[in-house]
Amino acid sequence: MLRLEKRAQPSNFWNWATPLLAVALTMVAGAILFAFLGKDPFAAIKMIFWDPLFNPQFAAYSRPQLLVKAAPLILIAVGLAIGFRAGIWNIGAEGQYIIGALCGAAVALAFFPSPGWYIFPLMVLAGAAGGWAWAMIPAILKTRFNTNEILVSLLLVYVAEKILAAMATGRMRNPDGAGFPGSRNIAQYPAASNPEIIAGSGMHWGVVAAFIAVIFTYILLHKHILGYQIRLAGQAPRAARFAGVAPARLVVMCLGFSGAMAGLAGLFEVAGPARMISIDFNVGYGFTAIIVAFLGRLHPVGIVLAGLLMALTYIGGELAQFMLGLPGAAIQVFQGMLLFFLLALDVLSNYRIRLSWPEAA
Amino acid sequence: MDLSSINPVVLAAALMVAATPILLAAIGELVAEKAGVLNLGVEGMMITGAVTGFAVAVMTRNPYLGMLAALCGGAAVSLIFALLTQVLMANQVASGLALTLFGLGFSALLGQGFVGIPPPRTPKMDLGFLSDLPVLGPILFRHDPMVYVSIALVAAVWYWLNHTRGGRILRAVGENHEAAHALGYRVRRVRILAIAFGGACAGLGGAYLSLIRVPQWTEGMTAGAGWIALALVVFASWRPWRALLGAYLFGGIIVLQLNLQAAGVRIPVEYLAMSPYLVTILVLVVMSSGRARKTLAAPGSLGRPFHATG
Repeated sequence: MLRLEKRAQPSNFWNWATPLLAVALTMVAGAILFAFLGKDPFAAIKMIFWDPLFNPQFAAYSRPQLLVKAAPLILIAVGLAIGFRAGIWNIGAEGQYIIGALCGAAVALAFFPSPGWYIFPLMVLAGAAGGWAWAMIPAILKTRFNTNEILVSLLLVYVAEKILAAMATGRMRNPDGAGFPGSRNIAQYPAASNPEIIAGSGMHWGVVAAFIAVIFTYILLHKHILGYQIRLAGQAPRAARFAGVAPARLVVMCLGFSGAMAGLAGLFEVAGPARMISIDFNVGYGFTAIIVAFLGRLHPVGIVLAGLLMALTYIGGELAQFMLGLPGAAIQVFQGMLLFFLLALDVLSNYRIRLSWPEAA
Repeated sequence: MDLSSINPVVLAAALMVAATPILLAAIGELVAEKAGVLNLGVEGMMITGAVTGFAVAVMTRNPYLGMLAALCGGAAVSLIFALLTQVLMANQVASGLALTLFGLGFSALLGQGFVGIPPPRTPKMDLGFLSDLPVLGPILFRHDPMVYVSIALVAAVWYWLNHTRGGRILRAVGENHEAAHALGYRVRRVRILAIAFGGACAGLGGAYLSLIRVPQWTEGMTAGAGWIALALVVFASWRPWRALLGAYLFGGIIVLQLNLQAAGVRIPVEYLAMSPYLVTILVLVVMSSGRARKTLAAPGSLGRPFHATG
């Protein structure tokens, strides 16, 4: 009989090997799923993971998309990872992303059409502040009233989606848009747009921000006392309290930081790739970022790799949808399975598996 | 605006229908949480139930077979969660989220061919003279059978938890799993069964949405009902009858805001539509703060993993 024996320390080897193994297993399971859907599994897997990068026909379009899609995922995921490390579960990043985008867009639309170098920086501030403020709701309710931050942050996603719809069809609707829902095209408003910095690379300011966020988070988590406190609070909450870690401060800090990051991601998206506020502006980056955070082992460097891989599944998924008629939902299932395998394989890093026979009682 | 178009009798009748899906999901989650398991995958299990129930009902032209399938579908996906958290000792919060993310994608995939198809009708019950009573008849006695099943389920869960040996074992496991284990109860087995029961109930709740309440299949149609059900368990302080009360309260809010929308109140539709979520948050705040907290009585081992040593 198989028996689990808790390791005194999580295994370092398995800690890094499980994500790779999980990806491999997900590919196998995904191939089976695609076969069930009547698609050639090998062609589908190749189209998702290989063709966007190396197929001469698609790579020119797909490669820049990698950074475009990975930037928001990484930006949101590093923010979430800090909270997850401390056992503070912000799962409402999708809502903070929307509010960040709305606040940033509001600044842009308020200044339209005047030029000014200060407009874009102001939008960045507004985006971060919007996401931060939206995340402060669960944070304050948690510290003040002990309300569960998981439920509140998640419920606020639905509220944010309704606000988005109200804005896209109401206050922020393009006055020259013949009554169609959706705001002015912010990407075409030079003072407010978030363009490609290097043409053809997909590199926009959001990518730069993600890069800075990763470095910042790395230093915070691994070189700073606060990072030590965060890790301590997650692993041994009681010990953390004795060590003088104030839980309330940690909640406010973690939720605030992840909210600001999600807000930034939303702002860069609305001023760049998404171009405007529309009813279906959000596409679930806030939720996929949860998978990215776990896949990256809640470690900034791991998150970069995980974000790129997840971006690849988005791009490859779209490609497979277009070329093979693979349903879009199949990719969502694929991403969900990845998280399942990841969580399942975690057992290897925390436990030893022993073969033993139950003793005769 | 024409508020006089809102008929209180119709409103009260619709309230029970609106409340039933979240009530079903909440009573299932309540049992799982009483066993010490926090399953955040309610939304995923509900939507899986919604699509399996819908698909089977459409194919067999029988809504009851659909509901049976939803029961099984919800329980089946919940067993993934059970495998992860009870056998492989994965984090419950993360596993529950994974279940929700997976369920949303999986249901969208399964439901592709079923968009825009009307499901077979579920007949309303005819309770003879009761249904013909003025006022009370339409409010209480002219619903589909599932409304009454959900109420019966609340009664059964209440009785089972408080007055049977099995219920006491389940509560012991949820309050203190070490002690329950020392007494020789199978902590893991009890929890897996509780999770499966929760999944079955959530699946049924989802099918109620797609087969009776809406009735139609659209992607992501649960729209947070699973999360509201989770909040409802907190509101109910883990007590079945309070869950019923809470569900009808929420049902009332949902129906009222829909009616206000229809009556053309001068508030944009979107702001009315966010009220159920805002009210849920408000209720959570009230329930978890100050004095109310002492009477909350969350199960002692809620969300904590159990690994038997020796």
